[in-house]
Amino acid sequence: MSLPQVGFEMTVTTDEVYYELTLFVSGAPALAARAIANARRLCELHCNGHYRLTVVDIHEDLSSLMTSNLLATPTLVKTLPGPERRVVGDLSQRDKVVEALDLPAAPEVSGSTVWST
Amino acid sequence: MSVRTLRIRITAKAGAFVAMTGTIAARTAPLIKTPTGIGGLDEVTGGGLPGGRSTLVCGPAGCGKTLLAMEFLVRGITEFDEPGVFVAFEETIDDLRSNVASLGFDLAQLEADGQLILDHVTLIRGEIQETGDWDLEGLFLRLGAAIDAVGAKRVVIDTIDTLFGGFSNTAILRAELGRLCVFLKARGVTAVITAERGEGSLTRHGIEEYVSDCVIVLDHRVTEQTSIRRLRILKYRGSYHGTNEYPFLIGESGISVLPMTSLGLSHSVSNQRMSTGNSGLDSMLTNAGFFQGSSIHVSGTSGTGKTTLAAQFCIATCQRGERAMFFSFDESRQEIIRNMLSVGIDVPKWIEAGLMQLHCFRPSLLGLESHLFTVQQLVGEFNPSVVVKDPISDLASLGTAVEVAELMARQVDFLKARGVTSLFTSLTSPGVPTRVEQQMTSLADTWLMIKSVEEHGEHNRVLHVVKARGMANSNQIRKLRITDHGIEISDLYDATAIAKQSGDS
Repeated sequence: MSLPQVGFEMTVTTDEVYYELTLFVSGAPALAARAIANARRLCELHCNGHYRLTVVDIHEDLSSLMTSNLLATPTLVKTLPGPERRVVGDLSQRDKVVEALDLPAAPEVSGSTVWST
Repeated sequence: MSVRTLRIRITAKAGAFVAMTGTIAARTAPLIKTPTGIGGLDEVTGGGLPGGRSTLVCGPAGCGKTLLAMEFLVRGITEFDEPGVFVAFEETIDDLRSNVASLGFDLAQLEADGQLILDHVTLIRGEIQETGDWDLEGLFLRLGAAIDAVGAKRVVIDTIDTLFGGFSNTAILRAELGRLCVFLKARGVTAVITAERGEGSLTRHGIEEYVSDCVIVLDHRVTEQTSIRRLRILKYRGSYHGTNEYPFLIGESGISVLPMTSLGLSHSVSNQRMSTGNSGLDSMLTNAGFFQGSSIHVSGTSGTGKTTLAAQFCIATCQRGERAMFFSFDESRQEIIRNMLSVGIDVPKWIEAGLMQLHCFRPSLLGLESHLFTVQQLVGEFNPSVVVKDPISDLASLGTAVEVAELMARQVDFLKARGVTSLFTSLTSPGVPTRVEQQMTSLADTWLMIKSVEEHGEHNRVLHVVKARGMANSNQIRKLRITDHGIEISDLYDATAIAKQSGDS
């Protein structure tokens, strides 16, 4: 299975709230790729450039599976700021993700955003 | 909202199922069967659950699904050396451990020995928002890792319906359940998947569509304040199986299924005779008494000496150095001992000698099934050669006529299969045969009837042998007297008086 680059990316800017998110992926490569792309876009748009997104392939890291009580993939977990919130799915329904994770609305941007569905 | 916790109530007083003889033979064996080790279940499934496949166990809440599944795992480890994995969606690990501790299952020890993994999966309804496509790869990986960790051969998933509470996209969920079954099959494990019973359908979420190799339905019904659990093999692909509803009990050592139909009429028959403890009665039965291992029915109206006759038979058994067990359903221990002493029968002497046991309880203390199991357990432990139940007419209140008839048939068959001679007394009202009396007619090998007749200003007890299978027997009506040294059966009774009596009633 060829997944897009697994790792973390971080952008630090101002005094805004810091977001910590983990995306657990596995199984169907297409599903994982879509979820990763959507998660990145989500962070860029809603986390004010102050976040850390970690992508974990559960096949590679079985221990995370047990500790995080994970059933479905992809699952996006927001650990900071608390309380912990999680959503499952490829994150294609962005409004639902934003609401469930309690993220701020995206600032107005000109032009259309590329969103993987 | 919190996950509903299903607790297994272990209330039954009775215990272990005693191994029954006779099984339903599988005609051909295209399947490898995995024995469950659960008393009776392997008999009705013709050897166990389909090996390497999944079995669906469904039923309403509290019917014993979780316990059956857990016992399947535990016995797999302890009796068949097959490690297991239990995925619990409902109960927490601590609950699981403590719920089965009373059955003598030490889950913590099995876990420590590396033979069992209990994995509790928390799924809170509505907690997880779905935002597009997903799969259950996490669950599969988790299960796969657990299977690998202990080298599991058996897997339990309890209760699968919980997933439907956790996820709203049922189309994806169904596809994933299909994949789960394929996954389990590919791993070569024998799985038990439990599901809630649905309204008008087998399971609430149609799980039977995915798990279809073997389907076991559990039920828990209350009839006339008596609760009876039942088990039925609805489906068993590629195998012969018992089709009846089998009563089962959750006893002190787990689940016991009692397959009625496996109690065939196949017990060995003895030509040995045993004294009735009364020379007069022996003389009516070709001077030899009852057949060993036969069933005897003594019916009579109130106060005709049925209990005394039964006790005398027990004492005669003890005097030969054999054991006797006396069940009394209408007199207490002290009452029996005192009343028998008054007619010269020393019960305590034989109890102290360890040759006789006296068990006194009201039949309504236990349900019909519990009653049967209790008797079987006690008989299994004491191993008597004679069992007396006095009187069985009291059992009539335990259930419907059919249920009681079933109970009696099973009881008689069980005792015969063990070669135990059984004597049942029943209380009758003059003239009209009672329900139990009618039921006993075909079950009993020997039927003695005691009547009270009024004549010349006296009440006289008279006894006659209604039937005695396999032996020539007296056609006489004899006078029975209760003396201070037991029952005496004397001369031929005046037949004309009996004829007169019959004409009156």
